[in-house]
Amino acid sequence: MSANILIFIEQRSGRIVPASRQIFAVAQELSLKTGGKIHAVIAGEGIGNLTDEITPLQPDSIHVADHPELRFYRAQPYAQALCAAIKTSEAQTILFATTSLSRDLAPRLAARLKAAIATDCLEVSTENGELRIRRPMYCAKCVGTFSLATDRVQILTIRPNAYPTPVPQAGTSATIQSLDVAFSDHDLALKVVDVVSTSEGVRDVTEADIIVSGGRSLQSKENFSMLYEMAETLGAAVGASRAAVDAGFQPPSRQVGLTGKIVSPRLYLAFGIDGAIQHLAGMRGSKVIVAINTKAEAPIFSVATYGCVADLFTLAPLLTEEFRNLNGSN
Amino acid sequence: MKILTLAMQVPDSRAALKISPGGKSLETRDLKLICNPFDEFAVEQAVQLKEQRSDVEEIVVATIGAEKPNQAIRTALAMGADRGIQLCDDIFSGQDEILLAEALAAAIRLQETTFDLILCGKQAIDTDSGEFGPALAEFLDLPHVGAVVKLDISEDGTSLRAHRRIEGAEEIVECPLPALITCEKGLIEPRYPSLPNLMKAKKKPLQILAASDLPEPGCLTPGLQLLELTPPAPRPPCTFIEGPPEKMARELVKRLRDEAKVI
Repeated sequence: MSANILIFIEQRSGRIVPASRQIFAVAQELSLKTGGKIHAVIAGEGIGNLTDEITPLQPDSIHVADHPELRFYRAQPYAQALCAAIKTSEAQTILFATTSLSRDLAPRLAARLKAAIATDCLEVSTENGELRIRRPMYCAKCVGTFSLATDRVQILTIRPNAYPTPVPQAGTSATIQSLDVAFSDHDLALKVVDVVSTSEGVRDVTEADIIVSGGRSLQSKENFSMLYEMAETLGAAVGASRAAVDAGFQPPSRQVGLTGKIVSPRLYLAFGIDGAIQHLAGMRGSKVIVAINTKAEAPIFSVATYGCVADLFTLAPLLTEEFRNLNGSN
Repeated sequence: MKILTLAMQVPDSRAALKISPGGKSLETRDLKLICNPFDEFAVEQAVQLKEQRSDVEEIVVATIGAEKPNQAIRTALAMGADRGIQLCDDIFSGQDEILLAEALAAAIRLQETTFDLILCGKQAIDTDSGEFGPALAEFLDLPHVGAVVKLDISEDGTSLRAHRRIEGAEEIVECPLPALITCEKGLIEPRYPSLPNLMKAKKKPLQILAASDLPEPGCLTPGLQLLELTPPAPRPPCTFIEGPPEKMARELVKRLRDEAKVI
């Protein structure tokens, strides 16, 4: 089996998902060790022009599955397209960024190919020709180190922000190949009727570099506007604890934590969040964590980089003002 | 209509975990095991469909694992599932959900019943991988809808309409039955099984199968090998910012900019 690597480039409405670019860092590391070639695959409808954005990340070739039936993500047709790309690229290792799409698609693909799969990897390495990964488990209370069987295709999904995007190189070129894809009626049984935005114009927590998050101490839905104002200043997303979501202050789509979303932004600001295990599981991978809480003994301070034992209602507007001044001076 | 739901046994998310000497497993003594919370959404959805519709004939709950006493299947039966299938064998102690899904698919094919709807949790909170549902659908050659927050079954019981949660949006999909659904938080609130129902659950039929009962157990080889479990890397100690609020805000922003370099 070849040591070739295939990167799945995820696009949504013609925009490449940023975390997809980051996994080129993983591919480049592996390729240096194994000598395998780096292939990329992109699927969708009318997405041919996106290859220009991928080429500077230096894949050897890009496989394009452009088909009306691939306009919206659906597991079965996308699995078909991926299988075609795996065949043409002779790849043994398939890389995805961990997103809602890859969480849905990668396991289905793994079952189809009887592949070894590890999802949401924090770290990838090779040891004696074996692929090794580290991934969080048990509500992020443990990290498991695993080796993947070498006698089959290996599929990895990589935690967003675990690796930085490699610097794009100008003047590079890649072979562009269009994939012949065909679907059976069975593949197309599921239909996407509509996609309804739930973001209300704010960024989703899983896609943001900065998250401003609030707990039940915010006391009401209205008080969250304070955090939205700060988020706007910072270009951040707004998140919430389970307690704040259960109290109806924020919709479930904003919940950070075990039953919500797992996030790993550059900066996570927690206002009035005590830090239940389930919440910590969802955000302890953040680079820098700021905790603002009146209770000095709150568990959130055990993972925080900076802590302020203070009343959030006093501190939040002052911080927004400071952030605003900073933007003004930049 | 016949419904299959999955219920996996997992450590309680609130439990403190201790890694065994050797670092390959958890200390199981005193470890509280529960039904995976996402699977409780699946069981509740099945039970509510049976309560609301006249055409649901049976709810079967299936589980897979190495441990014989199984809290998950007991909970599901007490919540309202009619009978259980437990696939229990030492080879199912591992973390490879593709292998578990393949084994369970084989066990489902052995049943005389064919299922119109299969419901499972979006992920199990031990592996946190979410591989099981989509993989099971593939092994059973069924379409699947992942991370569902709203589910409607057509009146004639031949198709479904579901909302699934993705980044910043919900996708609305339609699909003919049979199909598999993975249940996301927000779909439904699970009931607490009452004590009498917990007692009654003990009398419900439970079929226990071993790997050797499956047609080709030799094909089940894990793709993943656990080498080591470690506690998460410790985070640096917290720097507390002191002083009156105005000073605190100024100092924090300064540190975020100059020291942490994140803004």
